[in-house]
Amino acid sequence: MHIKVIAVGVLAMVAAWPAWAGEAAGMIKTAQGKVEVVRGSQRLPAGPGFAVMQSDKVQTGAASSVGITLRDNTLLSAGANSSLSLDQYAFNPTTHQGRIDATLKRGTLSVISGKIAKTSPDAVHFRTTAVTLGVRGTEFILEAHGEED
Amino acid sequence: MELFVPFTLATWLIALNHEPANDRVVLLPSADGRAGAVQLSTAKGELLLAQPYAAAEASADGKLTGSTADGASVQARYGDTLAALPARPVSFTVYYLSGSAEALTAESAGQLDALKAELLRRPVPEIVVVGHTDRVGSQMDNDALSLARAGMVRQRLLDSGVKAQSMEIAGRGEREPAVETADEVAESLNRRVEIIVR
Repeated sequence: MHIKVIAVGVLAMVAAWPAWAGEAAGMIKTAQGKVEVVRGSQRLPAGPGFAVMQSDKVQTGAASSVGITLRDNTLLSAGANSSLSLDQYAFNPTTHQGRIDATLKRGTLSVISGKIAKTSPDAVHFRTTAVTLGVRGTEFILEAHGEED
Repeated sequence: MELFVPFTLATWLIALNHEPANDRVVLLPSADGRAGAVQLSTAKGELLLAQPYAAAEASADGKLTGSTADGASVQARYGDTLAALPARPVSFTVYYLSGSAEALTAESAGQLDALKAELLRRPVPEIVVVGHTDRVGSQMDNDALSLARAGMVRQRLLDSGVKAQSMEIAGRGEREPAVETADEVAESLNRRVEIIVR
C-alpha cells in the first residue's frame, strides 16, 4: 500500500519534471506557415510562445519559417523546408558557461550567437551532414542538403 | 543532329537534379562590430571564416571551397530566413545609490515607461533580470547580493504592473563589471541590475 502510494508520487513528480524544472532551451518568437516540433514520438504544432527543449527537432514546411531565442540570447531562424535538431543545450545564467550542439539536416539557418559563444567559444557547434561549424561570437548563415529522415 | 540537342539538354538536367548540392556557410558582418569567426571542419579538412561575407561550400564528401559573398546575394538567397530572426534582446540598466539592494537612483526609476514600450513591441516578450555587484566582498557574497538585487527589481516590476511571458532572475556577482577595477574597489557603476527584454 505504502509502496504503491510512493510509486504514484514518484511517477507524478517525473511527469511534472519538465514543467517545474523550467529548463526550456528557448522560445519560438516568430512563425510563418507550417512549423512543427518533433519531441520523442510526438509531433507538435508550434508557434510564438512555444518552449523549445533540448533534443527537440524543429521543422518547417514550404513557404514557412521560424525564429527562436535561446536562453543565452542566441538568435536562430530557419527558412522553408528546414529541419533543425537542438541536440544539446545547457546554459548557466550565473557563469554564462554552457553548450550548444545543433544539427541542420536540411534547409537554411541564420544564427546570431549569444552569451555561451562569448564565454565558452569552444562549446558552440552547428553541424550539417557534411560540415561542423565551431562558432566564436558571430553571425552567419548555414545551408544544408542532407537526406530526408 | 536534330535529336541530339534535346537529348543532351535532358541528360544535363537529370544530371543536375541528381548532383548532391553542396552545403554552404556565409559569415555575416556582426551588428556590434566585433570580429567573429567560424571554424569549419569536414572529414577532409578545415577552413576558418573570419571576414564579413567570407563563405564556403562543403561537398557531401567533405571537400571545402572558400569564396566571398556580398549583401545582395545573401539577401536574394536567404532574405526570407533572415527576416524570421527574432528581435535582438534589449537591455535597460538601473543603478543603486549604495551597496544595498534597496535604493535606486532617480534616473533609473524613470526607465519603466521605456521598458513597457519595448514589451509592447514584441510578440511574446520574456524578461530576464540580471544583478551585478562591484568587487567589494567575496565572490560568493556578491553572487548572493546580485541575485537579491535582481529579485528586488523583479518584484518592483511586478508591483508596477509589468507583464511578460516570463520573468526570470539571475545573479552574475562581480563577473561582468561595467567598469574594470581592482578587487575590493567600490564602484557605483558596477552596482547595477540589467533588465533584458527579449
